[in-house]
Amino acid sequence: MASNGQCPSIKNILLLDSEGKRVAVKYYSDDWPTNNSKLAFEKFVFSKTLKTNARTEAEVTLLENNIIIYKFVQDLHFFVTGGDDENELILASVLQGFFDAVTLLLRSNVDKREALENLDLILLCLDEIVDGGIILETNGPLIAEKVTSHSLDADAPLSEQTLTQAWATAREHLTRTLLK
Amino acid sequence: MAQPFMKKDDDRDDEVEYSPFLGIEKGAVLQEARVFNDPQLDARRCSQVITKLLYLLNQGETFTKVEATEVFFAVTKLFQSKDMGLRRMVYLMIKEISPSADEVIIVTSSLMKDMNSKIDMYRANAIRVLCRITDGTLLAQIERYLKQAIVDKNPVVASAALISGIHLLHTNPEIVKRWSNEVQEAVQSRAALVQFHALALLHQIRQNDRLAVSKLVTSLTRGTVRSPIAQCLLIRYTSQVIRESGNNTQTGDRPFYDFLESCLRHKSEMVIFESARAITELNGVTSRELAPAITVLQLFLSSSKPVLRFAAVRTLNKVAMTHPMSVTNCNIDMESLISDQNRSIATLAITTLLKTGNESSVDRLMKQITNFMSDIADEFKIVVVEAIRSLCLKFPLKYRSLMNFLSNILREEGGFDYKKAIVDSIVILIRDIPDAKETGLLHLCEFIEDCEFTYLSTQILHFLGIEGPKTSDPSKYIRFIYNRVHLENATVRASAVSTLARFGAAVDEIKPRIFVLLRRCLFDSDDEVRDRATLYLNTLGDDGSVVETDKDVNDFLFGPFDIPLVNLESSLKNYEPSEEAFNINSVPKEVKSQPLAEKKAPGKKPTGLGAPPSAPPSTTDAYERMLSSIPEFANFGKLFKSSPPVELTEAETEYAVNVVKHIFDRHVVFQYNCTNTIPEQLLEDVIVIVDSSDAEEFSEVFSKPLRSLPYDSPGQTFVAFEKPEGVPTVGKFSNTLKFFVKEVDPTTGETEDDGVEDEYQLEDLEVVSADYVLKLGVSNFRNAWESMGPDCERVDEYGLGPRESLAEAVNTVTNLLGLQPCEGTEVVPPNSRSHTCLLSGVFIGNVKVLVRLSFGLDGPKDVAMKLTVRSEDETVSDAIHEIVASG
Repeated sequence: MASNGQCPSIKNILLLDSEGKRVAVKYYSDDWPTNNSKLAFEKFVFSKTLKTNARTEAEVTLLENNIIIYKFVQDLHFFVTGGDDENELILASVLQGFFDAVTLLLRSNVDKREALENLDLILLCLDEIVDGGIILETNGPLIAEKVTSHSLDADAPLSEQTLTQAWATAREHLTRTLLK
Repeated sequence: MAQPFMKKDDDRDDEVEYSPFLGIEKGAVLQEARVFNDPQLDARRCSQVITKLLYLLNQGETFTKVEATEVFFAVTKLFQSKDMGLRRMVYLMIKEISPSADEVIIVTSSLMKDMNSKIDMYRANAIRVLCRITDGTLLAQIERYLKQAIVDKNPVVASAALISGIHLLHTNPEIVKRWSNEVQEAVQSRAALVQFHALALLHQIRQNDRLAVSKLVTSLTRGTVRSPIAQCLLIRYTSQVIRESGNNTQTGDRPFYDFLESCLRHKSEMVIFESARAITELNGVTSRELAPAITVLQLFLSSSKPVLRFAAVRTLNKVAMTHPMSVTNCNIDMESLISDQNRSIATLAITTLLKTGNESSVDRLMKQITNFMSDIADEFKIVVVEAIRSLCLKFPLKYRSLMNFLSNILREEGGFDYKKAIVDSIVILIRDIPDAKETGLLHLCEFIEDCEFTYLSTQILHFLGIEGPKTSDPSKYIRFIYNRVHLENATVRASAVSTLARFGAAVDEIKPRIFVLLRRCLFDSDDEVRDRATLYLNTLGDDGSVVETDKDVNDFLFGPFDIPLVNLESSLKNYEPSEEAFNINSVPKEVKSQPLAEKKAPGKKPTGLGAPPSAPPSTTDAYERMLSSIPEFANFGKLFKSSPPVELTEAETEYAVNVVKHIFDRHVVFQYNCTNTIPEQLLEDVIVIVDSSDAEEFSEVFSKPLRSLPYDSPGQTFVAFEKPEGVPTVGKFSNTLKFFVKEVDPTTGETEDDGVEDEYQLEDLEVVSADYVLKLGVSNFRNAWESMGPDCERVDEYGLGPRESLAEAVNTVTNLLGLQPCEGTEVVPPNSRSHTCLLSGVFIGNVKVLVRLSFGLDGPKDVAMKLTVRSEDETVSDAIHEIVASG
């Protein structure tokens, strides 16, 4: 009921690895005032959702009066948390926006290593999705564009990657696989 | 994609080699941050260092004040660089360190320059950063730019300004409110999210102006809303408007309902769900209004997306609590969700089914649930257990299968909260379904045979002690209880001893055998256990003779303990060893916070063990006992009624005083509960001086001062008045608190010797007619009404004048009379034009009173009322009429 007349709000966005460790997290509410309470929440959410299959469709659960929408890809676990009277579908759209943007930014290599190597992009991405709990943008491609708009001079935007760059990326991945 | 598996394994090795942040250390990174000061900035390298700093912060590392300041100053240097990527990282960094007020000044000029930059991205981000770190004074300087930004043609800039406005509204409302016109313009923006942010801000600016909100909603529901999320927001505002205006409409049709209903056909699922949910949450929603919402939710139940299924089933679950019949159509879809992969969805489906199911489907459902219980988490199990408990109370005939289910799951593995929920449920079933008592108790006995939770064991033992002796064969429980004395830890052993003693005290046949067992406990290794055994043996008369247990002994051992532990604790602390032994009767029995705690209580669910049948005595009992302990009041006769406490001081004043009015046949006693909230003061000889010049028929007979009122320990002073017998005499009293103040040194607790006399004005107190009426419900009003007969009936009609609503009129009259509404007639269905409310109670002198109130709307707002009173005494019937006539 409390949600009536209130702006949809996001409590946190979490990106954890396959062991529940932080890759990047952003909290917008005061529900978890200390770093320890944040870590405890992350651990709790991670362990409660670990056994579920959230790889094709985003899954949802209700933990400690919070709605948590989550999705796993490779060794990355994406979470979006909102209050228990929040519209689940709004939260899901935020998760989807985050996920799509990250996929674009990491050029479809969505895994932990790639995420850490491009942590600056991930952090900017979080900054462009939600501001102080209020949703800024949920459209993945738009978020990605906002994040990369600065690199116009350095790299071409994703959609306009030159052939050489594409080659370079491909080669990089090939070498990595060979090195293993 | 066959790779993921391989890849996972590889990653583990890779992490060590490849993580770019491996072995990162705060000190080293802070050293690296020196590159920010280089005259020739390397943008790429600086970005990397900032990323490292952000990584550290993100991992929970904290910077000391000095470190943060250094980093901040270094970062500000980077505004010199023209590199956009670096600038983005600088913005992010500034927001993360959130500089202190005196540091902000360093970056404001740079940020203000960026705010006016030609590059959209700079403008948007500079606004967000500046608004995050700024304070009120600076805001006035940049206000002009922010207003411009709100109507900027670039949506990103506009959104940034609007969102900043939403944040700033909390700290600087008066400034943000001046932006109304610009925000209004932004609401018409073509950019989807700008409209959303503008709508959110505009609503917050106007949220206290109901008319403005209503206008806003009206215009937007007719216009175009461009994004689903803005549409959701509009739905929320709409239902708020409906809620606030709901009671005023008399034409059956709800305003804006059509809008909500049309949203059910929106193309976005988010909006469909939001409107369906809004409809289900309407006040007093009718089945007809619910139907279309339920239909769309039912469609969602078979969606392939878990989030959609979850949202739908969760909403239907809530609807099932109030309108179970409307949800039954979904039962088939719901049953297929029991096997849903997502256990949250499955649990919600089960509990919804348990709420909507009928008696015949119970057994089938239980079978399905049993299969499913083993693979869900504890918190879901608790939800299921609670649903089963309420189902059992609904269909008491099914207690056997439900009780079996509970005892089965009680045997399985589970955490404390889960077990506690089960035990609580069994206890409640035992209490409410007499047939279930013996089986339930045996289940509990079996459970404590192998229970790892001391708390639950002791609670169950206590409960057994109360319920066990009342069963047909108490002796069969003894074995279970005595086993505890052998097998458990000291706490459980001690409570087992108490339980044994209760059996011994209550059932004479088994008394000798109990004594044998208790005597064995005398050799226990634990003090408490031995002490308890000795106490019980001595008080229950261990002379081998089978005598009936003395009532006093029973009261002493098992009677309720009515002294608040807080008071006992503080009294014991204040007690100084002296000739005079500590007297438990000197402990104040009234706690000031008690009414508060009581108010909170109804919100909680009944916790089985917390509220055993011999529950805590009602407040009236407690008052009665306290008053009778004061000799001067002893001859006043039986206490008729005690009012709820009335506050005589504002919250958070130096002295907090509230008053309880105790009504006797010929007397009225005011009990002033005083609390001293100043640690530096000790009050002595506290008395309330009551001026009863506005209450002529009352005459003061006695007052009992409070000898001393230390800090934060509530105390009472009493004033008694005589009044004409059996008549509802009313009057107004003005009160002044009078006392001697003594200074106390809070650190040492020493009190100065000489006090100063002082006074403190309290608010006035009124004795009203409702004080002479006791709420007492009757189960069947019609029978009571018929049997009372029309002999002393008094009927009259009253015009109540214009009223806000019928419900408000009913409420006012009911409160005025102080009678108990019967059969739920105090609830007025929305939009009705007439209503009958049935009230019952007892009038002073123990005269039963029944009242039938018929309300009707006369004209647009005028309410007319017909009041019919029946009682055993016609003067009382007249008195009731007088209350209304004078009220």
